[in-house]
Amino acid sequence: MKPIIETFNLKKQFGPYTAVNNISLTINKGEVFALLGPNGAGKTTFLSMLCTILRPTSGTALINGFDISRESAQVRRSIGIVFQDPSVDTDMTSRENLQMHANLYSVPVAEQEERIKQVLELVGLSGRADDFMYTYSGGMRRRLEIARGLLHYPRVLFLDEPTIGLDPRSREHIWDYIRNLRKREDMTIILTTHYMEEADRLCDRIAIIDQGTIVALDTPSVLKQEVGGDIITIRSDKSQVLSDLLIQDNIAGHVSYHNDEIKISVQDANFQLPGIVEYAVNAGIRIDHVTITKPDMNDVFIHYTGKELYHGETPERTGRIAMMKRRRAR
Amino acid sequence: MSEIRGIYTLWLREVKKFLREKPRLINAICQPLLWLFIFGTGMRFSSGMPGINYQEFIFPGLIVQAMLFTAMFMGVSVIWDREFGFLKEILVSPISRTSVFLGKMLGTSTDVMIQGIIIFPFAYLIGIPVHIFMVLEALPLMILITIGLVCIGLTFASLMKSFEGFGLIQTFINLPMFFLSGALFPLANVPTWLQWASYVNPLTYGVDALRTVMMGDTWVQLFPISLDIMVLLCFDIIMFVIGKTAFCRVE
Repeated sequence: MKPIIETFNLKKQFGPYTAVNNISLTINKGEVFALLGPNGAGKTTFLSMLCTILRPTSGTALINGFDISRESAQVRRSIGIVFQDPSVDTDMTSRENLQMHANLYSVPVAEQEERIKQVLELVGLSGRADDFMYTYSGGMRRRLEIARGLLHYPRVLFLDEPTIGLDPRSREHIWDYIRNLRKREDMTIILTTHYMEEADRLCDRIAIIDQGTIVALDTPSVLKQEVGGDIITIRSDKSQVLSDLLIQDNIAGHVSYHNDEIKISVQDANFQLPGIVEYAVNAGIRIDHVTITKPDMNDVFIHYTGKELYHGETPERTGRIAMMKRRRAR
Repeated sequence: MSEIRGIYTLWLREVKKFLREKPRLINAICQPLLWLFIFGTGMRFSSGMPGINYQEFIFPGLIVQAMLFTAMFMGVSVIWDREFGFLKEILVSPISRTSVFLGKMLGTSTDVMIQGIIIFPFAYLIGIPVHIFMVLEALPLMILITIGLVCIGLTFASLMKSFEGFGLIQTFINLPMFFLSGALFPLANVPTWLQWASYVNPLTYGVDALRTVMMGDTWVQLFPISLDIMVLLCFDIIMFVIGKTAFCRVE
């Protein structure tokens, strides 16, 4: 396997705040790679540096063999980007948007028409090529942005939160298109997301990023294995106390406490659960509820970061407002 | 070569957007008509300017005014591009910043020239003889006026964070530049301070030059046309450098 992206101690600081802290990683050709993390973890900052939008404070990276600091024009030609926020010209038709892109990226004029047809087909928008973009729905605009990112035969496609703000059906569509891409175009895909499912179902490898550093990096299945064979979830009116005791006396597996629930990752719950229950009874704590599950990405995430990822749109917004306020305060 | 294609693409986008916006085109045609027919007729019959037809007098001034307002409005459209995210798509492309600025500048300049040229046929309506040679002489002067103005618009767009500040540009750039250009009244008889304030305004030289080629002997030049052209050239170069610098700093 050949590496297509290598980062070397990549770091970005905004004043005293370190957004990305010395990330070194290697991404191989043909991989679908996810950066998973909560809002504000540094995913977009990391991506922006790779896309040569932001200059790193220190460290560097190679993409397709080109240095992001010194050879930004070549890097830009090697990559396609789909931003988190919309970036189409809605006063133009989708064909015109694609033509503009093709010209900005010097796609030969003779190939343009054919290529535009191909990418529109790939994202299922062939019939709407000459409609103005303001008539498109949010999901369709997203799909067009993906098509646009593919237009100039990039070696690497960056997708920043590709399905944020989309309804479940549009999300499924986008996932299908990304899977299709893997099969049809010889390309590496890097996406950031804070949806567990997205990372789990689409990606070969996942990097969990928290507070600017990578806390775990592996395939979804290995990540889940590392968490343990089973997850025991316990609810009690004294969850916090019990969790502290379990950790203190090192009773079983990896214990984390979140949202009034204790999650314990163990090798085999069938054997270890009785011991835990007995321990709780002896400590005088009544257990209300127990479930045993196989770990999913959410458990993996809690395991490594001690917190749960945000769901839905509300935290996103408050996060942004808080960020704006922080910026103004400075 | 790829840079030139990029510039062409951005130029085409500006012009397409300008021509597609029907309300703007209607406004572009009707506003000068109001000035010419209502304001112009009113002034013609109430204030005495011996030997000069007032409508003929303000005609070149109205061309400059229309160009000034269009240049500011279209230049500031960079802010819309930023607001709607399209600016990002352009800025991450392999095209250099300078080329992006050039494409934007040339596109907006074309819009402004179209706006200026639209007004020419109205000359017939008020009985000014427009000669083809007169138009050919006026066009290069209009280009000189346009470039500097567009660069002012792009400079403000690069510095402004949101569209809310556009009102300030109206009040502190558009109107002073318009009123102090001698477009509406001759500068020969006004108080000295107003005269000097007008002489530092590059548009004064633009209006003077346009009148020189369009009004013939009836117009007493403020400055020789060579000086007018020199001032406009300097204005263009200075504003181009400032505009490009400001634009290249946009994050």
